[in-house]
Amino acid sequence: MQTAAKTNPETHLSAQDAARKLRIERLARATVEEMEGVLEAIGGVPEATNLRGPETGLVMIRGRMGGTGSLFNLGEATVTRATVRLATGAVGHGQRLGGDKGAARLSAILDALAETPAHRATVETLCAAVAARIETEDSRLAAETAATRVDFFTMVRGDD
Amino acid sequence: MYVAVKGGEAAIANAHRLLADRRRGDRSLPALSIEQIVAQLALGVDRIMAEASLYDRTLAALAMRQARGDMIEAIFILRAYRTTLPRFGYSNAIDTGAMLVERRISATYKDLPGGQLLGPTFDYTHRLLDPSLLSDNEVDAGLQRDAGPEPVMRVSDILASESLIEMEEPDETDTAPGDITREPLEFPLGRDERLQALARGDEGFLLALGYSTQRGYARTHPFAGEIRIGQVEVEIDIPELGFAVSLGRVQVTECQMVNQFKGSAKQPPQFTRGYGLVFGQSERKAMAMSLVDRALRAEEFGEDIVAPAQDEEFVISHSDNVQATGFVEHLKLPHYVDFQAELDLVRRMRREYDAANPAIEEMKEAAE
Repeated sequence: MQTAAKTNPETHLSAQDAARKLRIERLARATVEEMEGVLEAIGGVPEATNLRGPETGLVMIRGRMGGTGSLFNLGEATVTRATVRLATGAVGHGQRLGGDKGAARLSAILDALAETPAHRATVETLCAAVAARIETEDSRLAAETAATRVDFFTMVRGDD
Repeated sequence: MYVAVKGGEAAIANAHRLLADRRRGDRSLPALSIEQIVAQLALGVDRIMAEASLYDRTLAALAMRQARGDMIEAIFILRAYRTTLPRFGYSNAIDTGAMLVERRISATYKDLPGGQLLGPTFDYTHRLLDPSLLSDNEVDAGLQRDAGPEPVMRVSDILASESLIEMEEPDETDTAPGDITREPLEFPLGRDERLQALARGDEGFLLALGYSTQRGYARTHPFAGEIRIGQVEVEIDIPELGFAVSLGRVQVTECQMVNQFKGSAKQPPQFTRGYGLVFGQSERKAMAMSLVDRALRAEEFGEDIVAPAQDEEFVISHSDNVQATGFVEHLKLPHYVDFQAELDLVRRMRREYDAANPAIEEMKEAAE
């Protein structure tokens, strides 16, 4: 996380990396309740060693001049990250905006669990549920915004 | 001789205890929760995040409660807190073109792809106090309508397709921009550093400066090309994984101001841009920022620098309200020794003045 990102390069990820990227992003948006629900169903939170964190720090958010031009630093956001290793040896990463260390650690554990064949499907199901929730929230927001769209109509003058 | 004086520990401790008491106020009323502040005083929370330059609604709401609603005090507390945290890294640039839009308006095109989306705005309200808000009545949910598949196109892209507006493309290197939190300000600044400073600048100060450009002090003939508010993904490279992942979304307000430009030897006549980008929902600040950004580009366009809003050193040195409040408010701290020295000096000068002007003294006595 130390390197300064220069651009948003078009990277071509392997199918495996693409799946993991999607998983980590969805776990970053999962609520503590959603994650605990899944972990309870598989017998509780497994033993996990903290390799890093959970720790809260800052990420400097960058923007572009005019939206598309050169980079500038907009301001920072709090980010919490955790890296854990399970008894099976699987390593998982979790990170999310905000300062919730418990949530970051749970998402790291779930990322690690997804690296083990026994629990991959469970975690994928959780991720699908999170994605569906976000989709519902976004659709609602878009529909509420659409209701405030201006429909222009032209007044016909009567005196010509 | 310098004489150190101590004292006031008990008074300070008691004052802070009294502050805590007054902050809580009438104990027969329930205390405000952080969740209530985030949900119901959202735009105040957004202002604290923007000017503290730290996106975290929970911490901004905590700062607001701790500061009893004093915005600059809250910004100060949050700004101080951020210095205690390690910097993990820099995000990739947020893509405001891919924003999940909550509001989008253009003052330059009536019909445009994606339409005029008013969103939750104060515009067109009558600014009449609403007595129904004195009590906690049921509030209707927002209506919903099919959003349709049409993307919300950037207004600047419409103008750019005719090459009638300056292009905004990454510079050749696209290297790391200046960071005013890491290096001290050195004038002249780059536009990157100016935008960073303006994004955390005091809303009132930028509003006044933006207003001054409209009243004739560095006129730039602006049109609000586009204002959009919504959520964008924050992506960061994870070296351990070898790819970038999104950490979640933040809400930002973006303003693209379109300004007149008569052209130069190098460039044909075209519109130029002022840019505003602010954390949270903060339209006034984003608009003011884009006016000031354009005014500060005077030198770049070969314009005469005649007004305060065009003076980079003046604007950026005074836009930070934490610095400003620190220096203004330090005047109330004890200056007993400094003042004694000044007092002695004025007394001595007065004696010398009186001795050199005996005639005036005599006239005064005669008049009495």
